[in-house]
Amino acid sequence: MTAVNQKDKSLSGDVALRMRGISKRFGPVQALLDVGLTVRSGTVHALVGENGAGKSTLVKILAGVEQPDSGTIEIYRRPYTFDRPEQALAVGISMIYQDLDLAEHLTVAENVFLGNEPRGYLPFTVDCKTMVKKTVELAKSFNFDIDPTAIVSELSAGDCQIVEIIKALARKASIIIMDEPTSSLPEAEVEGLFAVIKRLQKKGISIIYISHRLEELIGLADEITVLRDGKVVHCESVTKLDIPQIVRYMVGRELKEFFPARDVKIGDVRVSVDGLSSDNGISDISFDICAGEIIGMAGLVGAGRTEIAQAIFGVDKKTSGSVMLDNKKLSINSPADAISYGIALLTEDRKRTGLCLELPCSWNITLPNLVAIGMKRIIRPARENRIVERIGSRIAIKWLGPEAPVRSLSGGNQQKLLIARWLLAESKFMIFDEPTRGIDVGAKKEVYTLLNKLAEQGKAILFISSELPELFGISDRILVVRRGRLVGNLTTKETSQEAVMHLAAVEEK
Amino acid sequence: MNKLMRQFLPFASLILIICALSALKPDTFLTRDNFLNVLRRSSVNGIIAVGMTSVIISAGIDLSVGSMLALCGMVGAYSMIAVGGADPQAGALVLGTIVGVITGLICGFLNGVLITKLKLQPFIVTLGTMSAFRGISYVMNDGEAYYVSAYKYLGEGILPLWKTFKTTPTGEEIEVLHGIPVSVLIFIVIIAVASFILKYTRLGRYTYAIGSNRQSAFHAGVNVDRNLICIYTFTGLLVGIAAMIAASRTASAQPTAGIALELDIIAAVVIGGASLAGGRGTITGTIIGTLLISFLRNGCTLLGISTNVQLIVIGGIIIAAVAVDQLARSRAEAGRTGS
Repeated sequence: MTAVNQKDKSLSGDVALRMRGISKRFGPVQALLDVGLTVRSGTVHALVGENGAGKSTLVKILAGVEQPDSGTIEIYRRPYTFDRPEQALAVGISMIYQDLDLAEHLTVAENVFLGNEPRGYLPFTVDCKTMVKKTVELAKSFNFDIDPTAIVSELSAGDCQIVEIIKALARKASIIIMDEPTSSLPEAEVEGLFAVIKRLQKKGISIIYISHRLEELIGLADEITVLRDGKVVHCESVTKLDIPQIVRYMVGRELKEFFPARDVKIGDVRVSVDGLSSDNGISDISFDICAGEIIGMAGLVGAGRTEIAQAIFGVDKKTSGSVMLDNKKLSINSPADAISYGIALLTEDRKRTGLCLELPCSWNITLPNLVAIGMKRIIRPARENRIVERIGSRIAIKWLGPEAPVRSLSGGNQQKLLIARWLLAESKFMIFDEPTRGIDVGAKKEVYTLLNKLAEQGKAILFISSELPELFGISDRILVVRRGRLVGNLTTKETSQEAVMHLAAVEEK
Repeated sequence: MNKLMRQFLPFASLILIICALSALKPDTFLTRDNFLNVLRRSSVNGIIAVGMTSVIISAGIDLSVGSMLALCGMVGAYSMIAVGGADPQAGALVLGTIVGVITGLICGFLNGVLITKLKLQPFIVTLGTMSAFRGISYVMNDGEAYYVSAYKYLGEGILPLWKTFKTTPTGEEIEVLHGIPVSVLIFIVIIAVASFILKYTRLGRYTYAIGSNRQSAFHAGVNVDRNLICIYTFTGLLVGIAAMIAASRTASAQPTAGIALELDIIAAVVIGGASLAGGRGTITGTIIGTLLISFLRNGCTLLGISTNVQLIVIGGIIIAAVAVDQLARSRAEAGRTGS
């Protein structure tokens, strides 16, 4: 099929993909029931739904990773069944996973042709020259600016995504599935990705686009399919929808008060950070947090927000400055010290620095709290389970019980479990680093409500986020960080998203 | 439930082997003496395997246990001779035993400190100390063994529970004591202590957490370095105890003792369901793994299968055990994940 041919089809809106009556059951869970999906050639089709709605299962079936119990798949009007991912790849379906699966130590060209290398003259050899040449050609034809000999681990997150896309193109993909492509992308690179998607579209390639960030779908996607509880609840052209409507379809109710009203009395200063610098690139950070106050922290990815949290929490080494809590100067050299003073850090990457995935939920919750719950010397599992169950039901974690491994929970519930950990610790000063990343709308709202409740109890809260709407929705003041320094300390009511963005992104002369 | 299933397979294989051997060799295999013999032999490997289990749960490995066994025995026996002369008696033997055990403790501590303070991989550090400990063992007596003929109690002694009388051919009646071998008793006590530590103490809990995700454990306030040093020191202590039992079984300390022992130990732990990736493993599983290998060795010997062929059989079992475990896990995983 030539590119010209594809273009014609996109003009006439030919159907690239039609899935019909797809059902899939995992044990007792009906993941998908009679789901249909139609994607026209050269369009971006958004697939949205809460966690557990069945989006991933649906695209995994399309990519041949999972097999449906029933239903049919047609690609350009020809029916297919896929038993293995290679079969889907062969007919032009490529999937780009959320946590890109590139071989970090190989070059761009080697990744593009991984498993698909051009043969050299001698047996068992790879023709590196052709590989590089073809990568350059592909990159050129789509206007990508990328060095084919660069090592992937040295590329930015955005460039890695481009490598994945070139890889898909090298396999002559006609349908590319993108699972949360912007979740790990700095704000500045998001626009670049959207431009790339537009270019792909023009060449007749269809995109299935999964995202939790609904704002970005408007203007990017052509059509949208909303899944809820394994069923399609709505499918329409994006131009006819707005975000509140999409949210309503997703959750089955309208989240009118998406950000809960804040009515908290702000008390005395509880936390006072003064002149904090660390060996991890932050310098001279000073701010106060009062009892009951939620302080938001804005900044671009890499600006040093996480590093500030790590310096306070004892993960990074402090080079100067001090942290005071309730008028007491703290000496913190490790997370253990910080926890003993009543500081909590909900880390940004729950899988890497938060959870022990194979271990039971209860163990994960009590891990930093064993001394606090009176099990310094001897652990009493029955009592431990009772404590964990109580805290779990308080914030409505959905699990098979405290003994189930954390891996079996959905993303939102894993996040709630980590919050439960710090609730149990009864921390006085809580730092939440991107607590709503990668969790669905309903769970997000629960997190906001919880933050409010904690503030009501008089705790000091530092809330780091890359999403300005939520920072504005729940914080009293917003700190802006740029290049490891604090460049703004603004009262939320008296400022605007534009002002914060300007401070975060624009270098002063 | 899942956990039970995972342990069920090695356990079932163990029962199966015992039944098969009982049927094939009822007169030689199915005797009390043979069983006690197997248990005695298992106790040395089993005690070390208990330590190795905690190391492997923490996502580490200790390759030095075999050399450490030789070194502890040599140091212990040397102290006995140095204090008690050519034929040391009670006091010197007790002292030497304590010195041997403490040697293990120090060796383990050294491993732990090198791993945590120099931030080196356990594999590399213990590969190095494996070589070094072995070297010291050879240097101590120019590659010769130390013989301590009176040192028998730990290896051969029994804790008498009852006695019977036997008539000798000359018509005399002599008393025969029956009971639990001392080495097996020590093994049982160590199993109990280690199971308790792993299940009911913070050290045990932190061991699993560190093995499952070291970064997460650190961010949750676990003192990773201190706990790892504890784990390696504990393992060294157990190797010291096992070394003195092994020395006592032959009434001598050999510098060549325990060559390639670490592989048998790691095999037992892995057959018992522990994961070299960390975060997973139980003492019960390890005990089953140890007994499985011991009975297999014993059975092969009774059936007249050469030690060379035994190696092949054990190799096959290790791979089969891990393969089956992996299969069961991926099934469980597939059944769990929804969208």
